[in-house]
Amino acid sequence: MLDVPMDRFNQTLDDPRLQAAIYSATQRLIDHRAGAVAGDRLPDYQALRTRANEIKKHTIENLDYYLEQLESNVVAHGGQVVFCRTGDEVADFVLDLAKKRNARLIVKSKSMTTEEIHFNEHLERHQLETVETDLGEYILQLAHQRPYHIVAPALHMTRYDVADLFSNTLGVPKEVEPENQTKIARATLREKFLNADIGVTGANFLIADSGAVVLVENEGNARLSTTAPKIHIAIAGIEKVIPRAQDLAVFLNLLGRSATGQPLTVYTSFLSGPRRAGEIDGPDEFYLVLLDNGRTKLLRDPEKRQSLYCIRCGACLNHCPVYRKIGGHNYPWVYSGPIGAIITPQFHGVTQDSWLPFASSLCGACAEVCPVKIEIPRLLLKLRAEVTEANRNKASLERWGFGAWAWVMTNPRIFRLLGYLGAKFWPMVPKIGPLRKWARQRELPRIAPKSFHTLWTERRRS
Amino acid sequence: MTARDQILRDIRTALGRAGCASPAPLVAPLLRNPQMDRNLYVQLFVQSLEKLAGKVFVVPNPDAVPAVLGKLLDGKHAVASNAPFLKTCGLEGFGPVQSGFTDREALRAACATADVGITSADYALAETGSLVMLSGAEEARLISLLPPVHVAIIPRSRLLANLDELLATIPKPADQTSSMVLITGPSRTADIEQILIRGVHGPGEVYAVIVENA
Repeated sequence: MLDVPMDRFNQTLDDPRLQAAIYSATQRLIDHRAGAVAGDRLPDYQALRTRANEIKKHTIENLDYYLEQLESNVVAHGGQVVFCRTGDEVADFVLDLAKKRNARLIVKSKSMTTEEIHFNEHLERHQLETVETDLGEYILQLAHQRPYHIVAPALHMTRYDVADLFSNTLGVPKEVEPENQTKIARATLREKFLNADIGVTGANFLIADSGAVVLVENEGNARLSTTAPKIHIAIAGIEKVIPRAQDLAVFLNLLGRSATGQPLTVYTSFLSGPRRAGEIDGPDEFYLVLLDNGRTKLLRDPEKRQSLYCIRCGACLNHCPVYRKIGGHNYPWVYSGPIGAIITPQFHGVTQDSWLPFASSLCGACAEVCPVKIEIPRLLLKLRAEVTEANRNKASLERWGFGAWAWVMTNPRIFRLLGYLGAKFWPMVPKIGPLRKWARQRELPRIAPKSFHTLWTERRRS
Repeated sequence: MTARDQILRDIRTALGRAGCASPAPLVAPLLRNPQMDRNLYVQLFVQSLEKLAGKVFVVPNPDAVPAVLGKLLDGKHAVASNAPFLKTCGLEGFGPVQSGFTDREALRAACATADVGITSADYALAETGSLVMLSGAEEARLISLLPPVHVAIIPRSRLLANLDELLATIPKPADQTSSMVLITGPSRTADIEQILIRGVHGPGEVYAVIVENA
């Protein structure tokens, strides 16, 4: 049987404040997206989705080619490319560079890839201070929590939680107004930006034909992280590459709208290499870290490799009836919601947290809103089959049940006998044990007094 | 084997081929043609930026800029970029405006304490109210980023319809600069209870002055 962590789910379900927070935040994001992709606002929406899917498919199927092209163009603009197989290799590279440059402070902008490899923990073990600068991520770093949502990381916290947190960790008086809380964060982080030695970012897109990193954000912390310190390190999964700068017309028109309903986020930065001759400011050194960390495993299956098309807009989370009830922290990995349910088993193996692909009603909302058209429900079914296959040799009640079912269905006499007995005795079966639990909110189906088979025979006789 | 070689080899193995093959040609980029009358760009830009809580002033000529700017600055301390268009608009030696920075550290120190950053913009996008800034000797990155207020003075001739037209105009920004940024309204966040707050790390106020005959 699947080991579903019901206790943890129930904790979330029984917390009315948390339920309200998840519901209202996701509903707002749903509404904003719906407004932004409506026919009168973005008439080409479906054509853009189709094109985005085509470009991603083409790029992923030629990933080696585009990575090599990206690499040579980054180098041509004076940057360096570092390939890393694992998170440990990323940490080693950054630690080594920090040591060589005598760096002590790193400012970071929001990046799911660095969450995935526990980047901050790695570096802090070596006395290198790493500060998250996105407001939501900063709050979570102070609270020692992982993101609740891909796009809105601190969605589950209230202003009162933030007031307590700031007061306890920063030693400031309790402040419950989000506007003033933002000011506190701005002042604290401004100091960090101006004193940082290295800025670390993720990447929303990597442009092969330009050797560029594209970052989208609303706060300005990614711009500061890539401008104030003398070194910029961008850490990105290898799947983030797209062929041409001009393809951004497709992806940027989809990303902001799908995520928050913004036609464009406040800042879209297109960065390639260190500052050039004549440029007044910008970093002196630029490194692009290309991370595998299991992505090449996801490439093997021609159907499942579409999981790598994801541009992390979070729309599938907002629209998922399961995410909206159980929230982000009940998913086993940093990637939550439907996209998490399809990539986590592929990264970690289907035998770990095998309930995950089953935690879906297969309603299809995720696929309908996915800007790059990942067939999430289809992949969930495929993963379910793999889980079942992997558990094939384990004696399970389900397996025994299906064996018995097959035997009954292939023996007409037994089937008829059971139907006859069922019709007679079913109403008398006491509703206890699991049956009671099931029947608590549902009506038990009744077995007809006469089977279809009997009715058919009678009709033919008459 | 280096990490690089192993990753590339793993990719090829996963994709079921031996060496790196040139891909089949990819369909031409999808850039939507601007369908709107160029005369409407200014009006649309004003609407788009003001929807994001920005403010736009439209003036007829460069010599009308100092009056608008004087009111905006109201004696506050400003840092201006080296854009030639700002000189055209008479900003050199204008009141409390510091400019002419070529040194990174000096510029940074000035921006960290300035109340207002004044720049031009390489382009502006009507559909989204975006300012497009290419970093270079004329435009530094920090002026539009560190001070709490950003004022951009733009010739009307630099207005484009949208992102698609920008990418048609500059197919490869990386050939021209290490940094191209699209600024679409004031810095903002909704990370605490989805409440919209402006001016997180970047400027909380963005003003654009469009000069019609330039």
